[in-house]
Amino acid sequence: MAKPIHLKDHNHDARIVQRRLILAAVFILGLVGALVARMYYLQVTQYEYHSTLSENNRVHVQPIPPTRGRIYDRNGVVLAENRPSFSLTITRDRVEDLPATFELLKSLLELSEEDAAQAERRLSQARRPFESVPVMFELTQEQIARIAINQFRLPGVDVQASFVRYYPFADHFAHALGYVGRINEQELKSIDPVAYAGTHYIGKTGIERYYEQLLHGTVGYEEVETNARGRVLRVLNRTDPIPGRDLTLELDVKLQQVAEEALGDRRGAVVAIDPATGGVLAFVSKPGFDPNLFVTGISYADYGALRDSLDQPLFNRVLRGQYPPGSTIKPIVALAGLDAGVVTRTSRVYDPGFYQLPNVSHKYRNWNRSGDGWVDMSYAIARSNDTYFYDLANKLGIDRMHDFMSQFGIGQRVSIDMYEEAAGLMPSSSWKRTKYRQPWYPGETLIAGIGQGYMLATPLQLAQSTALIASRGVWHRPRLLKNAEGVLPDESETPPNIQLRNPADWDFITQAMQDVMQSPHGTARAAAAGATYNMAGKSGTAQVVAIAQGERYDSAALRERHRDHALFVGFAPTENPMIAVAALVENGEGGGRVAGPVVRAVFDAWVVPRLEAEQQQGHAESRENGQ
Amino acid sequence: MKSIPVSSHGLRRRESIWMRIHVDPWLLLLILALATVDAFVLYSASGKSMPMVVRQMAYFAVGISAMIVVAQFQPRFMQRWVPVAYIGGALLLLAVLLVGTEAKGAQRWLTIPGVTRFQPSEIMKLVMPMSVAWYLGRRNLPPSFKQVVVTLTIIFVPTLLILKQPDLGTSLLIAASGIFALLLAGLRWRYIIGALLALAPAAAGMWYFVMHGYQKQRVLTFLNPESDPLGSGWNIIQSKAAIGSGGVFGKGWLQGTQSHLDFLPEGHTDFIIAVLAEEFGMVGVCLLLGVYLLVIARGMVITLQAQDAFCKLLAGSITLTFFVYVFVNIGMVSGLLPVVGVPLPFISYGGTSLVTLLLGFGILMSIQTHKKWMAQN
Repeated sequence: MAKPIHLKDHNHDARIVQRRLILAAVFILGLVGALVARMYYLQVTQYEYHSTLSENNRVHVQPIPPTRGRIYDRNGVVLAENRPSFSLTITRDRVEDLPATFELLKSLLELSEEDAAQAERRLSQARRPFESVPVMFELTQEQIARIAINQFRLPGVDVQASFVRYYPFADHFAHALGYVGRINEQELKSIDPVAYAGTHYIGKTGIERYYEQLLHGTVGYEEVETNARGRVLRVLNRTDPIPGRDLTLELDVKLQQVAEEALGDRRGAVVAIDPATGGVLAFVSKPGFDPNLFVTGISYADYGALRDSLDQPLFNRVLRGQYPPGSTIKPIVALAGLDAGVVTRTSRVYDPGFYQLPNVSHKYRNWNRSGDGWVDMSYAIARSNDTYFYDLANKLGIDRMHDFMSQFGIGQRVSIDMYEEAAGLMPSSSWKRTKYRQPWYPGETLIAGIGQGYMLATPLQLAQSTALIASRGVWHRPRLLKNAEGVLPDESETPPNIQLRNPADWDFITQAMQDVMQSPHGTARAAAAGATYNMAGKSGTAQVVAIAQGERYDSAALRERHRDHALFVGFAPTENPMIAVAALVENGEGGGRVAGPVVRAVFDAWVVPRLEAEQQQGHAESRENGQ
Repeated sequence: MKSIPVSSHGLRRRESIWMRIHVDPWLLLLILALATVDAFVLYSASGKSMPMVVRQMAYFAVGISAMIVVAQFQPRFMQRWVPVAYIGGALLLLAVLLVGTEAKGAQRWLTIPGVTRFQPSEIMKLVMPMSVAWYLGRRNLPPSFKQVVVTLTIIFVPTLLILKQPDLGTSLLIAASGIFALLLAGLRWRYIIGALLALAPAAAGMWYFVMHGYQKQRVLTFLNPESDPLGSGWNIIQSKAAIGSGGVFGKGWLQGTQSHLDFLPEGHTDFIIAVLAEEFGMVGVCLLLGVYLLVIARGMVITLQAQDAFCKLLAGSITLTFFVYVFVNIGMVSGLLPVVGVPLPFISYGGTSLVTLLLGFGILMSIQTHKKWMAQN
């Protein structure tokens, strides 16, 4: 068979291609139709959805943190302000290579390993996507310049000007004001994330914490157009933040300085209260610390030094220091005795130098071992006679003492706005049953009568109880805040005023306390020497029970720290009290000798200029009247 | 008996200025129209970068010149060199795998030190349809089974070499250009249906044995872009938002917020249609599609008028491949198809693909303007 000759049939080929091409054209039209349908779906059907999406993309809402309120003393001296500071911020979502960025920053800014680690830790606390987190503060001009030059190598890294809290008096008001610090994770859970959207700091302690709400202000917002990298291109809309309220405190910088100088290098606390208002005029806890260290984050080394110091500079002695009140409590015990009717002003006790309960051999010693002989109440207070008060306490019993003295705030938190305040302790028989499942022993009542044993009070409570004697029982809770731009401290929970059955007892006790300072037999007569006004006071010593860490320190220092704490409370002038003060000198031993002069110095600084002003006014008035 | 129509009228027409310079005026007009559109869209998409527009227009100038040069060669001349080009192209692809330059995780470039750097796969875009057309054009259509097997071999060797680089998008498009020639050659329906039935297991095999992680990721992202909105789904979500927010009439030229604020990645290259759709709306997209359809229609006319099987298969394949570029790109940007790196013809920024594309149109013009005799009945 002959093989058919394969000739190329061009027409046949052309027809095949033509048919297929027509088919392809149909397909193409179909697929283009699909594309058009898709576009219709996206651009017409889903238009609303996508245009919203696109708008949201474009517009970001950025919080603007409010400026924190400033804090002033009663005369307008700034105690806490906001200082502009340049900080380095990192927006993690914009950084391409985080480890490399940190390496570069480390070499550019000459950071130590610790600084770099701290910066990384701060960055890890970012809360929102595209949040620029400050990781370094207080950049120097040179550092800013170095960042600027290398900006192109550092995407996501910016230098931002922001306000940082600043305490111009550094350690002098650290305990009174507290400080702000960076918001930590725990606080993050409790704060309103919206209100704090732009804020990196929050009050950690003290006034800064207590009045956080007032100081913080209201966050503002800015609608900004951003590109995908989060860079702000322009501002579309802005709601200004409302700055926090400025606080004016009752504190007086000058009085504070006087109190600190009077305390000298010794550890201790001084609190001064205006008995007529409860305003705290001076609030000293020594040693202090520089709160500025805490604002932007304290270094481990600095914090370790503060924490481990034997002097406990971080310890707020005014509010958290709970000491046996010692003899300073005696005027109140005396008032309790008078009010309960178990003694009279003139009833006497014989002091052989000790006191014995019936049928018990144990001798409760007077501090003056040789005894003061027959003593009445006034003399017992002036001499700080222990035997009289053992007897009085025995007659009162612990529960009557508890009920009466609790009216003076012993064993309770007394302040309005002091955050860390400890309650102290006013024991009672039921308290001991609950706490130790033990009965109350009569001997415990005796030492409670001289402010020892279970009884504990903070210097603030001592000042407050003294202020209550000065105000004749009228309660004003101690407060630091005078006025926050019209907002006044909340006095709604003021305890009821103390009503004595015989109000003249106030005068009697006041006179007895004046005798402490101004009679020839007073224990603190030296402290009042040369005064131009009358003052009342009471000394005390608090036994040091335990010591923190021991053996590391040399025995001389240890012995020094085993000494009793010196206490002194008082108010002045006696006739028209302007100020009540409590002073504590740790390991100072003699209350009248060591703490008394501190109180006197504070009295003088406050009372003398005011009396002089009154006199001048009086002269002026009499001149006017004379004309 | 059919007469060969060598009328004076026909001669005159053939001797028109366009025929003499071997340029197809319709295609040239459409290409210039697309270049004009490109200048405006690119200016917006590049963030008002005039240098970028100027550079792209320079690519157009180079490409159009190259197109006209190519159009001067007779199809027959090209036909002679197809086997050499195919073998050379395949060797270059092999060389890429052995000594190629790597960029962004793929080895696609060949560097001739001190001279230039190029992608041999670009050459293959043209050589592939020519090879299939060369092989099938010499034989009677439709192709026999043996011829189909040979054709598939011709197609898959370079395809696999490109797939290995890895470059999924290009390899699929090159395979498609070969397959289009095969389909136009009248591949029998039973083979077509059989192949479609075999495709499902083949796709599964590809998934498990051939595809790279990022390629799989693209497919997965395509299936559910919202699964990773800040990662690989970002492109699709953002481009859909750009397109959708354009609405019917668009936000206006230079008013597109998605692209100008950098939310749209690759806004001036692969995703440029989203910029156009955002700023000119559905109307703009339809007009562009209309221009593309005119280009394709002209390509089809050239295919129909081509004088031999080689020219027909080649012209048809180039035309259909062009459409596939358009469809795959717009389909991918609008979320119909997975994201594969396919530029939008004539609009996306980039010189290499543009020049290759214009070389293809040069071949079309050569086919159209070198007809020796009129074959029409």
